[in-house]
Amino acid sequence: MTRRQLWRRITAHLDLPLLLGISLLMLTSLVVLYSADNASWHRPLSQVLNIVAALTCMWLVANLPLHYLMRTAVPIYLLGMLLLICVALFGEISHGARRWLNIGVATIQPSELMKIGVPLMMAWYFEKHEATLTLKNYFIAALLLLMPIALIARQPDLGTAILISASGFYVLFLAGLSWRVMGVMFAAALASAPVLWSMLHDYQRHRILMLFDPSQDALGKGYHTIQGMIAVGSGGILGKGYLNGTQTHLDFLPERTTDFIFAVYSEEFGLLGNLILLLLYFFVIGRGFVITANASTYFTRLMAGSITLTFATYAFVNMGMVSGILPVVGVPLPLVSYGGTSMLTLLLGFGMLMSIETHKKLVKT
Amino acid sequence: MNKHVELKNHLREIFYFRLRLAISIGFVLALLAILLGRFVYLQIVRHDYYQTLAESNRISVVPIVPNRGLILDRNGVVLAHNYSGYTLEINPSKTTDMEATINELSTLMEISPKDRKRFKKLLAERRNSETLMIRNRLTDEEVARFAVQQYRFNSVEIKARLFRDYPLGEKTAHLIGYIGRINETDVEQLEENDLAANYRGSDYIGKTGLEQSYENELHGATGVEQVEVDSAGRAVRMLSRKPPISGNTLVLSIDAKLQEIAEQAFGNYRGALVAIDPNNGEVLAFVSKPGYDPSLFVDGIDPQSWDELNNSPDHPLNNRALRGQYPPGSTIKPFMALAGLFYNTRSPSRTISDPGYFNLPGSSHQYRDWKKGGHGSVDMFKSIVISCDTYYYGLATELGIDNIFSFLSRFGFGKKTGLDLEGETSGLLPSQEWKMKRYKDKWYAGDTVSVGIGQGYNLVTPMQLAFATATLANNGIGYKPHLIREVRSSRNHENRLIEAKPEFDLKLDPAHLDLVKRAMAAVTQPGGTAAQASAGAPYHIAGKTGTAQVVAMKQGEKYDASKIDERHRDHAWFIAFAPAEQPKIALVVLAENGGHGGGTAAPIARKVLDYYLLGKVPKPLPDMVESEDEQHD
Repeated sequence: MTRRQLWRRITAHLDLPLLLGISLLMLTSLVVLYSADNASWHRPLSQVLNIVAALTCMWLVANLPLHYLMRTAVPIYLLGMLLLICVALFGEISHGARRWLNIGVATIQPSELMKIGVPLMMAWYFEKHEATLTLKNYFIAALLLLMPIALIARQPDLGTAILISASGFYVLFLAGLSWRVMGVMFAAALASAPVLWSMLHDYQRHRILMLFDPSQDALGKGYHTIQGMIAVGSGGILGKGYLNGTQTHLDFLPERTTDFIFAVYSEEFGLLGNLILLLLYFFVIGRGFVITANASTYFTRLMAGSITLTFATYAFVNMGMVSGILPVVGVPLPLVSYGGTSMLTLLLGFGMLMSIETHKKLVKT
Repeated sequence: MNKHVELKNHLREIFYFRLRLAISIGFVLALLAILLGRFVYLQIVRHDYYQTLAESNRISVVPIVPNRGLILDRNGVVLAHNYSGYTLEINPSKTTDMEATINELSTLMEISPKDRKRFKKLLAERRNSETLMIRNRLTDEEVARFAVQQYRFNSVEIKARLFRDYPLGEKTAHLIGYIGRINETDVEQLEENDLAANYRGSDYIGKTGLEQSYENELHGATGVEQVEVDSAGRAVRMLSRKPPISGNTLVLSIDAKLQEIAEQAFGNYRGALVAIDPNNGEVLAFVSKPGYDPSLFVDGIDPQSWDELNNSPDHPLNNRALRGQYPPGSTIKPFMALAGLFYNTRSPSRTISDPGYFNLPGSSHQYRDWKKGGHGSVDMFKSIVISCDTYYYGLATELGIDNIFSFLSRFGFGKKTGLDLEGETSGLLPSQEWKMKRYKDKWYAGDTVSVGIGQGYNLVTPMQLAFATATLANNGIGYKPHLIREVRSSRNHENRLIEAKPEFDLKLDPAHLDLVKRAMAAVTQPGGTAAQASAGAPYHIAGKTGTAQVVAMKQGEKYDASKIDERHRDHAWFIAFAPAEQPKIALVVLAENGGHGGGTAAPIARKVLDYYLLGKVPKPLPDMVESEDEQHD
């Protein structure tokens, strides 16, 4: 095999536009991390390892033919449910919530697995019943979504529950759930809001109330929002310049390598930088939509659409919370925030998108 | 199915899907537009505002630490309070040569090696950019001397801080506990409980004792001051202020004077004393000897003092009253007698003939009575008065371990009493099930025999035994023991009284209770095992002595205190309540390696009872001499 052939073999199942967009965002991550970590190489280098590991997994998934991908849906979903039930029964309590499961060698957070498992399962279910879709099928699919959501919301991990709900809802929406049913659902959600409110934990209510007046809790979570907004606002149009953010370097910004990394970026690169970042995200999202539109089967269409829309949601929720229009729910900025788990989950999703794009010619007979 | 129709459906499906996809793209564009709008608002419209906040006048959120709540005894005697004092503090991030700075400071005021060691430890544990204390409790003269020389030290400052003080020191160390500097573990704990925000600015947290158990009441709510600071960090203007709310004041059920007298009564003995008002469960005195000086811990203990405390053979840091687990010895006998009556195993009048030992049927192993040759003919009343072992070997065997377990556990043995102090241990009340689990072995008849005299697998804490004694004194109606009588809120000046309500009623037969209590009252009369210590008391004491073996003896060996290493000598127990007819106080005394309950423990109890019931304050005694008399229990 010549070098050229080998190269072709390796890149055969990679989608180059998508890879370009992802890589640019990851590069941004390293640049901002260096500043957020006070010009230290510690976090950026460690993030490089996260990226390499996640890219490898992405490559493996991208090379997986579609029927294999479909076959993983049920096992992944069942495993996820089993782990979630285990968490509810014997999970470890940390920060007042039961989210982690100790499996001897490590502690894992099964709700992370369900970020992929739930849309995968729903897409698989719709594919199975494609020919004879009735309202009953939508109902069952919604049930597949609600069971894990209920378990995750009970932990309680409201942020993850809402995000997984969103990814599941996207599948329902793309699968053609009628507007009338969605209207009824929306009305029901509005009507049940007071009931849900009474079911929320005190700290969750507190966070929602705080959104309207962050100064209420200026020492606690409100401090995050206030400092985040100051960082973004003081950045102005052109920003304070790389490594010159005062909020960042004078220790005012909390969690600045993880959930609040956008504040660091925004303070130093300003509105112009934000515009570029939004364009980068839109480029990746747009490519995702192109792949979705071209997808050859019902399953792959639903899956690709859900992955893309979920990615967009993550980006919106994170930037929204840092700039003070959404509550602080602990969602990292996708592909930019420091952390291995979210990087891995995201790139598994992109691996699936690439697999969907590059295997479709084989399916289309 | 018709192929034609399917194809048509398929195309229509694709059309609908793409329509929805287009809507999705619109949705994403809308989200991005919202974000962009927000950015324009923050970064252009409001830019000047945030620019001002961030650049020239940063808002600094300054926490204002609340005053910690006081701890008072039942009569208002202060057991823990705050006083303000000056400390000398160094900011390590502004110091280039720490050693030189400290040496130079030592020319102005005394800085002891202990101060230096403590400072080093603080430096190693530093969490954020805080200043660290090098000297505390500065005198006015020292403050003045430093103020003059201040210009030479730009990294050193004098700060006014509140200090915690424990006026009774060692005497209440195991009860009140102490506060200490917040460390990594505390931070994790606080974050887990979502309390971290309220501890911003706080340096101290309750580490042991009531300071720990009632941390939430004592700490108070942290206030916030939003101030504008210039780029050098100096406060320019106050924007808003939310005042702190001081911690609540705890009023204990403890009687400080009683506590002191009890503490003194121990002399040089190690041990524990717990006194409870049986009518409501209020703990009146809670002593664990030896104590330690809690103020050592407040400012961070220096390594040398820590080693001394930690490695002392006396284990002064061990809370014996709450956590010490000892065989109950003969103090279990009144409860065993009640069990015998309850299950109708032995009638009060049934006598046994005591040859000085007990055999299980078909075994030659001798379980010996403490009195060689035995007590002759013994009924239940006499068995308590003279503490006959043989009687209880037999009784336990006849009762069987299942009955013993079920009856004694109702008195709270083998369980935590639920005292409002963290770290209680639960003792051990053995059962068949327990032995199978612990030793993977079944229960043998021989195991039951020694349980009868409190010398088998069973272990009790002084707290537990005090609870059981109080329940017995109160005719089987148990009140949950508690240390706090009242919480005085500083927020709205409301007082929360801790109400005493009975936890359970064992529904014991009055005739049974009468017999056991009369026998216990006879224990302190001539002929009983605690006669000497009770002589001349103008009220009746009901009691029971006990001896807990530290080292097991071989068959046929004789116990001889003088030949045994002091730390292997038996522990002395005494449980009592008085006045016997209408008990106002129930107590437990444990004197470690004290030998016999009647000789060592009972005299300590007597002093406590004399003060509580008669108001009699004992004269300061010379250190107690080891009793070498051959009195047994």
